[in-house]
Amino acid sequence: MSKVIVVTSGKGGVGKTTTSASFATGLAMKGHKTVVIDFDVGLRNLDLIMGCERRVVYDFVNVINGEATLKQALIKDKTHDKLFILPASQTRDKDAFTKEGVEKVIDELRESFDYIVCDSPAGIEKGAIMALYFADEALVVTNPEVSSVRDSDRILGILAAKSKRAEEGAEPIKEHLIVTRYSPERVESGEMLSIEDINDLLGINLMGVIPESESVLQASNSGIPVIRDSQSSSGQAYDDVVMRFLGEEVPMRFLDAEKKGLFKRIFGA
Amino acid sequence: MQDDLFLEETPTSSVTEKVAKPGPAVELRGSVFTLPVLRLKRSDLGAIEETLSERISQSKKFFENAPVVLDLEHLETPAEVLDFAALCSLLRTLQLVPVGVRQGSAEQQQAAVEAGLAVLRGGSVQEAVAAESKDKKTGEVVKQVVVPSKALVIDQPVRSGQQIYAQGGDLIVLAPVNAGAEVIADGNIHIYAPLRGRALAGVLGDASARIIVQSMEAELVSIAGHYQIFEERLPDELFGKSAQVYLQEMALTLVPLR
Ligand SMILES: Nc1ncnc2c1ncn2[C@@H]1O[C@H](COP(=O)(O)OP(=O)(O)O)[C@@H](O)[C@H]1O
Ligand SMILES: [Mg+2]
Repeated sequence: MSKVIVVTSGKGGVGKTTTSASFATGLAMKGHKTVVIDFDVGLRNLDLIMGCERRVVYDFVNVINGEATLKQALIKDKTHDKLFILPASQTRDKDAFTKEGVEKVIDELRESFDYIVCDSPAGIEKGAIMALYFADEALVVTNPEVSSVRDSDRILGILAAKSKRAEEGAEPIKEHLIVTRYSPERVESGEMLSIEDINDLLGINLMGVIPESESVLQASNSGIPVIRDSQSSSGQAYDDVVMRFLGEEVPMRFLDAEKKGLFKRIFGA
Repeated sequence: MQDDLFLEETPTSSVTEKVAKPGPAVELRGSVFTLPVLRLKRSDLGAIEETLSERISQSKKFFENAPVVLDLEHLETPAEVLDFAALCSLLRTLQLVPVGVRQGSAEQQQAAVEAGLAVLRGGSVQEAVAAESKDKKTGEVVKQVVVPSKALVIDQPVRSGQQIYAQGGDLIVLAPVNAGAEVIADGNIHIYAPLRGRALAGVLGDASARIIVQSMEAELVSIAGHYQIFEERLPDELFGKSAQVYLQEMALTLVPLR
């Protein structure tokens, strides 16, 4: 049975696209046939982060409008043959999305993919609603700050009230929390909310904590999802997320500030 | 005395909308008024007039320009859509001011609205002294018929941007009411979890309504239109504590639960 997973947050710039790219890549690396869809019409950048921007010919909106087939629009990843990208349109306006159109495409994808990952745009407008509407599960991406948590709360309310599952009274969307750009030092100094604070406010299952790391930016710039950088803490944290999603028990990492070693203690950081 | 109608009293309320900037032209306030209720039994205008003029002649001052509510619940012909326009003009000639109806079918209410009447919801009806008991010296005896109030129970978190309204009764919430969320009830509000958003009890004007919360972290609380906004964190003796909110002599009062 295929699963539709929306990566959403309400707020922009929190790491949805970064998470979508790494999560989808991780599922494919574990042998699952996966497609990741960019719902961010006009601001497409999933293809950049996935390193396939030059190969974009047709996009999601072309498929909805019947101007291209899914087969023509899907881009196969260079390294993982189980991974596909359905890019967003850069030029179309947001009204291109209709419920019926999106549903048709998702239904068709369900026939041949195990996982359909939907990278949501920011906000709570049509694009974001369309990205979450057909979801079976949701990765809610939050940064450890009050405004981001508030927006995630809002999105959780929408998942519970305005999704297809909610409207049809089906079993609710399974919600998972991913805290990204987490900096233990800044939590300790009180600048950022702790995982406990966030959990208190949102009260949903924590699926992973992705530390703030420079390797994310480097990875995006080179068009390689950070999960493929197994040396980086963020890459490892995303790997943990994928394993937890697939049902394995993996302890949380990267929650505490690094203890300063002898060298650093003597000579300063 | 004929039994075409029956006088009783019901508390009701008026709420004016709050208008935002620039400088409020009106303010949101809820007040409780007690209005005489004409309990209609038959629709025959002649009979109504006869009964009413007899009643009014007994206490002219009391009825002069009195606002009245028409209760449709006890009509012998429950489905009959009355000629409200004719009824209203009759009442006005008797120096009564018809303001609205209570109960009745959707069609009846619709017809009432078209005749310029309001539809009043809720309100407990105090049985007035019945004509026969008036002869006895039991003028004080008032039987209260309280409209059964149902409680709305919510067991999911109320999240930012969501609003829950318990119409005609109490609201019980078994999960957090988060910042940016709003819970509203005509009656009391009980929250067995943190209240971080807004809670408005007694919004139709019930000044006896209360808000009771397990952990007080609210942005706003209101009872019967008397509200308080907490822009800053609540004082330590309240923040995160079990607390209740009620009106005491029209002043909003927040106290920790003991
Ligand atoms: N764990 C992280 N550490 C450092 N930077 C990050 C991390 N996650 C995301 N970023 C950066 O944050 C910015 C926004 O990320 P993006 O995934 O595009 O967010 P969104 O899709 O929610 O708008 C990007 O510049 C990205 O490189
Ligand atoms: Mg994005």
